Amino acid sequence: MPSLKDLKKRIDSVKSTRKITSATKMVAASKLRRAQEQALSARPFAEHMSRVMGQIAAGTPKTDDMPKLLAGTGKDDVVLVVIVTSDRGLCGALNSNLMRNARRRIAALLGEGKTVKIMTIGKKGRDGMRRDHGSRIVHSAELSAGKVLRFTDAQAVAEKLMAMMAAGEFDRCVIFYNTFKSVISQVVTEQQLIPAMVDEGAAKQPGEASYEAEPDESEILAELLPRNLAVQVFRALLENNASFQGAQMSAMDAATRNAGEMISRLTLSYNRARQAAITKELIEIISGAEAV
Amino acid sequence: MADKVQFDLVSPERQLRSEAVDMIVVPGTEGDFGVLPGHAPVISTVRPGVLEIFQGTTVSDRIYITGGIAEVSNDRCTVLADEAVPVADLDRAKLDVRIKAAEERLAASKTDGEQYTANTTIAILRELLATAR
Repeated sequence: MPSLKDLKKRIDSVKSTRKITSATKMVAASKLRRAQEQALSARPFAEHMSRVMGQIAAGTPKTDDMPKLLAGTGKDDVVLVVIVTSDRGLCGALNSNLMRNARRRIAALLGEGKTVKIMTIGKKGRDGMRRDHGSRIVHSAELSAGKVLRFTDAQAVAEKLMAMMAAGEFDRCVIFYNTFKSVISQVVTEQQLIPAMVDEGAAKQPGEASYEAEPDESEILAELLPRNLAVQVFRALLENNASFQGAQMSAMDAATRNAGEMISRLTLSYNRARQAAITKELIEIISGAEAV
Repeated sequence: MADKVQFDLVSPERQLRSEAVDMIVVPGTEGDFGVLPGHAPVISTVRPGVLEIFQGTTVSDRIYITGGIAEVSNDRCTVLADEAVPVADLDRAKLDVRIKAAEERLAASKTDGEQYTANTTIAILRELLATAR
């Protein structure tokens, strides 16, 4: 039976934990709104981009000197896995879920005899993958400390990817991130970045006349592909950010509720112990008086 | 044939404009081009410059863009800009910062393409600075 003092201490400590979790929840809720808005406002660009991409790619003859970003290197030996995670925890199983999926994929790729390289974005991914795939991590990026994700963050990642591509360091690149469905549901998403996936359906809209291209298709493609890569990365970052805020909010909500339950349970046993002590004292006094 | 062009200006971070206008002048890499209703479908790269929106015969809005892609089809003009700022929002201090950044890029540029982009950026920014408040 813990003493009264011990119980009191535990109640106080759980109360302060509850304060922290409920504050974190509030912060996540307000950040979530902004993150969601950002993810939403980035969508038109990505949509227009994929439409233009589809049209250009359909109009370009398939030749050998196609940009590598679109056609690939022709091999499929080295796969770069980009893992997007959050910088901070307190978000439930969000990051570990993502990494479990990524690990499974990596194991499958290794089983096929492919070489796997890993690039992590966000602290949690780096720390999580370091233990079993430390030697495969080729680059770890951290997002700028600023509150708002900027497009330049994504551009930096895309530039790094293109530099690696140009150096022939990988043949295929896939990215893992959490897609934001709702506050309580985030879906692990795997997407191929390089070679670029072209939405062929978008290219063949009826009534679309063929385009005149200025300067010409291949030059536009050369401009478009790096941009497209950056946009895809940006979208992954934004989705992941929104997922993180959502997951943090629901995780902290649950934690706050649990803390509340724990407090009421502890308070009950505290009161019981107090009553028991009083009763015991009374019995002692009464039996002392009777003995006289 | 519609008598207006549906104009969309989007940057990766947000949609800046979506409106029906009479004419847009886009600073294409191979020269400025005006888009009127019934324009032939074109896809063009965009150099750093000022995009002008016409309502009637007067310029209603001027927007500085740092480059991107323009697509014209079916009386729609979509400009995918890397970065877009209305000229009215650019004051001397902001322009100075941008010119400095562009000059640094020029100094660091390795290819002809980079050099050209940096040079045109500086030229257009200087021009804007001269007319700025």
